[in-house]
Amino acid sequence: MWSSATHQLRASYAFMERNANLVKRYWTWELVWLAYSIANSLAVSYIGLGMEKLGGQGVDGRYLVLYLVVGTLVWRYLSLIFYWITDLISLERWEGTIEYTLMAPVHRLTHMAGQTLFAVLYSMLFTALILAVTVALFQIDLSGANLWGGALVLLVGSLSFIGVGIVGSVLPLLFPERGAQMTHVIIAMLLLVSGVYYPVEVLPTALQRLALFSPATYVLQGVREALLRGAPIADLWNSIWPATLIGLISIPLGLQVFSLAERYAKHAGKLHRNG
Amino acid sequence: MAHRQEHAIELQGVTKRFRKPSQAFSWLRRDDDKRPPMVVAVHRATFCVGHGEIFGVLGPNGSGKSTLVRLIATLLIPDQGCILVHGYDVVRQPRQVQRLINRVSVEASFFKKLSPLENLLFGARLYGMDGRRTRRRIYEILARLGIEARAIRQPMQDMSRGMQQKVAIARALLSEPAILLLDEPTTGLDPRSKREVQALIRELRREAGTTVLLTTHDMMEADVLCDRIAIMDRGRIVALDTPAGLRATIRSSGGKQPTLEDVFLELTGKPLVEESERAA
Repeated sequence: MWSSATHQLRASYAFMERNANLVKRYWTWELVWLAYSIANSLAVSYIGLGMEKLGGQGVDGRYLVLYLVVGTLVWRYLSLIFYWITDLISLERWEGTIEYTLMAPVHRLTHMAGQTLFAVLYSMLFTALILAVTVALFQIDLSGANLWGGALVLLVGSLSFIGVGIVGSVLPLLFPERGAQMTHVIIAMLLLVSGVYYPVEVLPTALQRLALFSPATYVLQGVREALLRGAPIADLWNSIWPATLIGLISIPLGLQVFSLAERYAKHAGKLHRNG
Repeated sequence: MAHRQEHAIELQGVTKRFRKPSQAFSWLRRDDDKRPPMVVAVHRATFCVGHGEIFGVLGPNGSGKSTLVRLIATLLIPDQGCILVHGYDVVRQPRQVQRLINRVSVEASFFKKLSPLENLLFGARLYGMDGRRTRRRIYEILARLGIEARAIRQPMQDMSRGMQQKVAIARALLSEPAILLLDEPTTGLDPRSKREVQALIRELRREAGTTVLLTTHDMMEADVLCDRIAIMDRGRIVALDTPAGLRATIRSSGGKQPTLEDVFLELTGKPLVEESERAA
């Protein structure tokens, strides 16, 4: 029992260590990706100042900048988690190692836990670097913000995105050739309906209904409340509980779906190397 | 804990079929059966492998050898039949089976940017091994396989195909499996590396009592290494015996001792390796 737990812990650590080694070996790519992400976030945030210039006195550019900064940073964080988790299969399929990993005596929960923990740590560090540059450049004043409240909502939101990521990771398992690309559809739909760069209320009614099922909607709402309004944690509950609920449903559901997909892939012979 | 059974591996009537990929817009066709046809990769395979035995599966490309290995390795689920590894069912008890086996395939599959050390550490940790002991073992095994110490920390992509295949063998050995599934492990290796790998297989059996299931289309390799050989053709096992027993099934011509290639030709009506493959 104890040796089995130690085994699973070591296996979980294996995924974290491997991913850290991959980041280290691909450090030039990581730098390029960081530069791209910073430029992207700044470009979106400047829209706030642009709107003030275009809209005249009635538009609060500083507020808009902060609104967009929160949107772009939260979205970067959540989508990084999503992609690291969906990479669980696509990365190994690309390298041809998937059969070796799936024939190892490792519970899928262990496998997911290692990949997920790394995804959260990596995304936090990556987003913090973008935040540092953005805050310095826009001279954002966060003195009235509830930073701990924002961080809490973000952590809870991570859970729900982990669940969505696990469900998404099934696509590369089922569709060896194009599964990885299919995961972009999920992230694009979430980007559209969750109010990343605009309030959900501007969307047509049908899309607003879809927004109710997106965990990003609640994470963005909660983080904005905490950072823009300085809302105390008690006031953030309306954002925390739906994100928690989605996480509690989507993680076990994702694991179940993954298990069924793995069984199907083993029946249909879809674990072979691709690429 | 592995429970000791009479056989290390036991296959009973194992069949595996795959559906051919469907053509685009096949659903628009008016045929009665729009479903793409099935290909039988393994047909009613039945055999046992004893503990500590080196068991060869000989057959040309596409004969079902790799499918057979994947079925035993829990990477495929059989459509019919049953596979037991040390008495554990590969479908119902995959985790127990996975603890007992490891595999080397014809393709050395690694994270190419990572070094042998990083790749092997990853592989070993999946089998519950601790870092310190594993590092020591990695250096020992790779040295035994003739890989220089300085190459151990260089990216795998800088290594030759033969070197990569040796690292793949090291990965399988690290977990000290009771059963080693070797799927054409020496394909693409130079003669010297081939001999080193073959010597290692013999050593493993002698010192650790490891059971080896080896697929190959190298008849010499099968002849010198294997205790028994199953000959596969189009998914079927057409003969199973010791190398000497297989040779004895056909008559020698002109006083010349028949080879396994002669046996294969006699049983299937075609050579084991086509001329075009030989030229390649």
